[in-house]
Amino acid sequence: MDIQMLLSLLDATIRLSTPLLLACLAGLYSERSGVFDIGLEGKMLMAAFAAGAVAAMTGSAWAGLLAALAISIMTALLQGAAAISLRGNQLIAGVAINMLAAGLTTFLGQQWFRQGGRTPQLSGEGRFGAIELPFAREIGQIPLIGPIYQELISGHYILVYVAFLAVPVTAYVLYRTRFGLRLRAVGENPKAVDTAGISVVRLRYQAVLITGLLCGFAGAYFSIAQGSGFGNNMTAGKGFIALAALIFAKWKPVPAMFTCLLFGFLDALQIRLQGARFGGIEIPVQAIQALPYVLTVVLLAGFIGKAVGPKAGGVPYTKER
Amino acid sequence: MSGDEANTPQRPETAAASAPANGWAIELEKINKRFGAVHANKDIDLKVARGTIHGIVGENGAGKSTLMSILYGFYTADSGTIRVNGQPADITDSRHALALGIGMVHQHFMLVDNFSVLENVVLGAEDSGFLRSSLDRARQELDRLEREYELEGDPDAVIEDISVGQQQRVEILKALYRGAETLILDEPTGVLTPKEADDLFRVLETLRDQGKTVILITHKLREIMAITDNVSVMRQGEMVATLKTAETSPEQLAELMVGRRVLLRVEKGPASPGETLLAVDNLVVADDMGVVRVKDVSFAVRAGEIVGIAGVSGNGQSELLEAITGMRDQKSGSVLLGGREMHLRGDDGAARARAAGLAHVPEDRQRMGLVTGFMEWENAILGYSDSPEYGRGPLLDIAAAKAKAARQIETFDVRPADIMLKTSLFSGGNQQKIVLAREMDRDPDVLVVGQPTRGVDIGAIEFIHNQIIKMRDAGKAILLVSVELDEIRSLSDRILVMFDGAIVGEADPATATEGELGLMMAGINGREAAE
Amino acid sequence: MSALRPLPRWADVVLLPLLNLLLAFIVSGLVVLGIGHNPFTAIWAIVTGAFGNGYNIGYTLYYATNFVFAGLAVAVAAHGGLFNIGGNGQAYVAGLGVILVALALQDTHWLLIAPVAILAAAAFGGFWAFIPGWLQAKRGSHVVITTIMFNFIASALMIYMLNRVLKPAGVSGPESAMIAEAGRMPKLGQFFAPFNYTPVNFSIFLAIAALVGVYVLVWHTRFGYALRVMGQNPTAARYAGISNSRMIMLTMTLSGALAGMVAFNEVLGVQNRLVLDFVADAGFVGIAVALMGRNHPVGIALAALLFGALYQGGNELQYVISGLDRTVVVIIQALVILFTGAMEGLFRPGLQHTLMLFSPEQKAEAIERETVKSES
Repeated sequence: MDIQMLLSLLDATIRLSTPLLLACLAGLYSERSGVFDIGLEGKMLMAAFAAGAVAAMTGSAWAGLLAALAISIMTALLQGAAAISLRGNQLIAGVAINMLAAGLTTFLGQQWFRQGGRTPQLSGEGRFGAIELPFAREIGQIPLIGPIYQELISGHYILVYVAFLAVPVTAYVLYRTRFGLRLRAVGENPKAVDTAGISVVRLRYQAVLITGLLCGFAGAYFSIAQGSGFGNNMTAGKGFIALAALIFAKWKPVPAMFTCLLFGFLDALQIRLQGARFGGIEIPVQAIQALPYVLTVVLLAGFIGKAVGPKAGGVPYTKER
Repeated sequence: MSGDEANTPQRPETAAASAPANGWAIELEKINKRFGAVHANKDIDLKVARGTIHGIVGENGAGKSTLMSILYGFYTADSGTIRVNGQPADITDSRHALALGIGMVHQHFMLVDNFSVLENVVLGAEDSGFLRSSLDRARQELDRLEREYELEGDPDAVIEDISVGQQQRVEILKALYRGAETLILDEPTGVLTPKEADDLFRVLETLRDQGKTVILITHKLREIMAITDNVSVMRQGEMVATLKTAETSPEQLAELMVGRRVLLRVEKGPASPGETLLAVDNLVVADDMGVVRVKDVSFAVRAGEIVGIAGVSGNGQSELLEAITGMRDQKSGSVLLGGREMHLRGDDGAARARAAGLAHVPEDRQRMGLVTGFMEWENAILGYSDSPEYGRGPLLDIAAAKAKAARQIETFDVRPADIMLKTSLFSGGNQQKIVLAREMDRDPDVLVVGQPTRGVDIGAIEFIHNQIIKMRDAGKAILLVSVELDEIRSLSDRILVMFDGAIVGEADPATATEGELGLMMAGINGREAAE
Repeated sequence: MSALRPLPRWADVVLLPLLNLLLAFIVSGLVVLGIGHNPFTAIWAIVTGAFGNGYNIGYTLYYATNFVFAGLAVAVAAHGGLFNIGGNGQAYVAGLGVILVALALQDTHWLLIAPVAILAAAAFGGFWAFIPGWLQAKRGSHVVITTIMFNFIASALMIYMLNRVLKPAGVSGPESAMIAEAGRMPKLGQFFAPFNYTPVNFSIFLAIAALVGVYVLVWHTRFGYALRVMGQNPTAARYAGISNSRMIMLTMTLSGALAGMVAFNEVLGVQNRLVLDFVADAGFVGIAVALMGRNHPVGIALAALLFGALYQGGNELQYVISGLDRTVVVIIQALVILFTGAMEGLFRPGLQHTLMLFSPEQKAEAIERETVKSES
């Protein structure tokens, strides 16, 4: 494998891990606050559709992005209401949202655009283009660092930069702000938070709101950055990989970034490995595809360290009197 | 005080009646609180002087925690007034209480386990959105508080890594950080070692010397005598007396706590005990968090006798019962049924205990002894669903189960006599009868009973007591655990007192007085009292 | 004060699900209206599409068969307090068992193949569920997350098997060899003309047997009793000497085995070979079916029929109203899950209050029961 192939592989890794990272961080906020969220997939799908639809109708990718954010936040609030206020089963709520998204997006897509569930092809302003960072071409001449800067770091969609920026922002929010402290507390011991005079319900809704926001970015990425329009079920299970990554990263932002990069790498690898052989044995591509899930199960089983989630996760909070 | 007539409580004005030098920190007047039919606080008057350590003693059900919950804003009193530092106050929630300078150290700590001490202290009392400045200020303040009140600790230590005693200090620091002037501690030494308890007392005394007011809820008389300035005694929802600690004695307090009530005397012939059917040898049991709750307990129960274990709840009785009945693995020691050692470890230990002839009426019928969503007849076979009389092979013989249930309902006069009714709709007393009927119907060799009449109405209590006596007379070995001293005294043939995980004394119900028993239950045995 | 009398049985079992269904229909109807179509026409199209003639009914029954199996799988686990959303993966892997048996016994009569195939499907599907069950019981891993992961692992595994192992030479698509004529389960259409050309086959009898079997199991066996105790009160289960960890593993295995029957239907009865994604999300429909059917075989049978009708009717919708197709059904299904499972809090208190209005003594009794607790 020469340097060019390596760079191309790493480049693909970054592109493929971006939506994972955004969704993973989205899930982080919810789960840290004690609200299990297996509906990341559904929220991303809704957002992807909204972005694709609005971008097609207005011709502006930014409008699409805004629509994605709005829809995703609304969906997250719906799921949140079921889990927080109505104290329903959070897991069922997630499953329902995923299904609803799958049905609604295909349905509306077909109704509005009559292309079998797809939204029209986007071009020009309708989707985000690659951004060339300053002096990319000049720096690109420098051996070794140059290509890295020019290929790997520059030349991505804006949402990629948003995603990777979100990591230090999340780390800061989580560990350096009052909101982050309370958020982490409410996922571990909501009673402690309640007796300290803080509203558990309000905190959890705030977390769910942020989840919706980040899922909005993730979903938009699919249809108006990486792709050029919404296609049926285009998230293809990435929401669950993001969930797996979250668990694997033990609900921490920086490990989440590395985990998503790892999973993205695996994804980039399996595309290129079709038919490749190692020592005479052909590696089934599906083995690599399944690897993120297998790793997560192994982690959950406690075989490579323990994955202990927020203690109060999944349990609706009731004031005991 | 032995000349007192029964049911004549001391007037609360007896002690510390005149306004103290620093004024009253807390004044409660004619506080009343009902929960449905239960009158938890009846016309309570309480005055706590500023700069003192004021103890509140009483048995379970006396109403101490309810009263403090009202003061801290968890509940609102039905009637009565509260005054804080002389000013009337209407405390609606804990935030309000904190604003008035009242802080509470709960029995079960309100701490986030994977946060540091500093983070826990600051939670909810942050200065601004950005944590850095709050943490810095808190660190300085914490340093000052620790020095002032001799509460050393490492602000960056993580809660789950520090000892229980240190965790409690964090709770105290939390309250102090928020400017509490009055601290309420609810049974603080339940989870502490003796040394940690002494450290705590030192801290409390320092707090008092610095002008804070401390209210200490406890049932342990040693603590009252050791550090309180004044003590109030509650019994059955009423404030029975308030005295200067220096002017009273453990015996007097014990008698006031336990009182001389009219005993529900049960017709009971003498016991004629046979061979030992249940033996417990050097049993050590830990709770879910790994804290040892049963410390090297040994005793035996013979056929045809009732052994009653008296004690305030929380002294290891629950864990003892769970270990004997196979619901909890013991750390060491053994349980022998009929002379044979039982191997009760594992998920299904209770099944093996039952197979060996043990029946168990649990302390908490709703949590353990019944499935409240089941119909009555379905609960009649709980624990015995594998028995051959209820089916052949894998199938359940529902008709047999229903027939048995119907018979049990009739024998035990359960009302309404409907085996198809959902169990949650029966009253507490009848639910208890369902459990008793089921366990007693098995004709077990050994019957282990916990809190048999908790939440049960008077009529059913007598019935249940009679049933227990009947079993004894039929030659069964009965282990009775109850926090109701009356019950223990009227039913047992032998009384063991449990305190802090150990059997601290044995008594003969015919000769032991409430005072003696109360002292043992409160942790003061004959040796200590004599000092 | 949240002292509420529990709902009487009839309200719990019949009224609540109907209300949920009604709300799901109303919301879906609004969506359809928003698109500019008449919801009532759509409903009528669905109804006729499902039951209008023998052909339609045949298809409805075929779908319902799968949904019965999937619903029972979810329900059995639910009685034990477990949420098995791995039905898809379990059914998928079970397909492997079925095709291996069928191909190994190629050219044998289906009456001989069928029992072995059922066992194989149960074993493979059960195994796929057993692992998450074991992980929950012994390692404390949450069964929901692990079953989700196993769904994806199953997908990857089966694609590999189909592409690399089972695909006969000369076939281009990912599918296995065909099962010989003799081995295929007879379709009902062979005996009952109106069902001709529909996939409904003898596996429907297995579905009915499964409904009866689960009923007997849950309410008439010691295992079922222990299952329900654990599901409602694990502490009481411990008190009763029931081994929670053993029950969890057994229950999940059973649940997976039931889900595996979907493979039996599809592989031996419909497709006559193993194809990609033959499960077609039946696992998730099973969740809706179990929720609507309140985890009871009678309810599940009805709910399976309902969803089968929705599926088949939804398929026909596009021929009646151009522009609408079966995705409307997916939306209805999702809403049913949302309202029934996640938003129970919407209706239950309201119903409880309304019913209590008719009986003040019940209200007083409920309040007393709530508050007479031991106080310290």
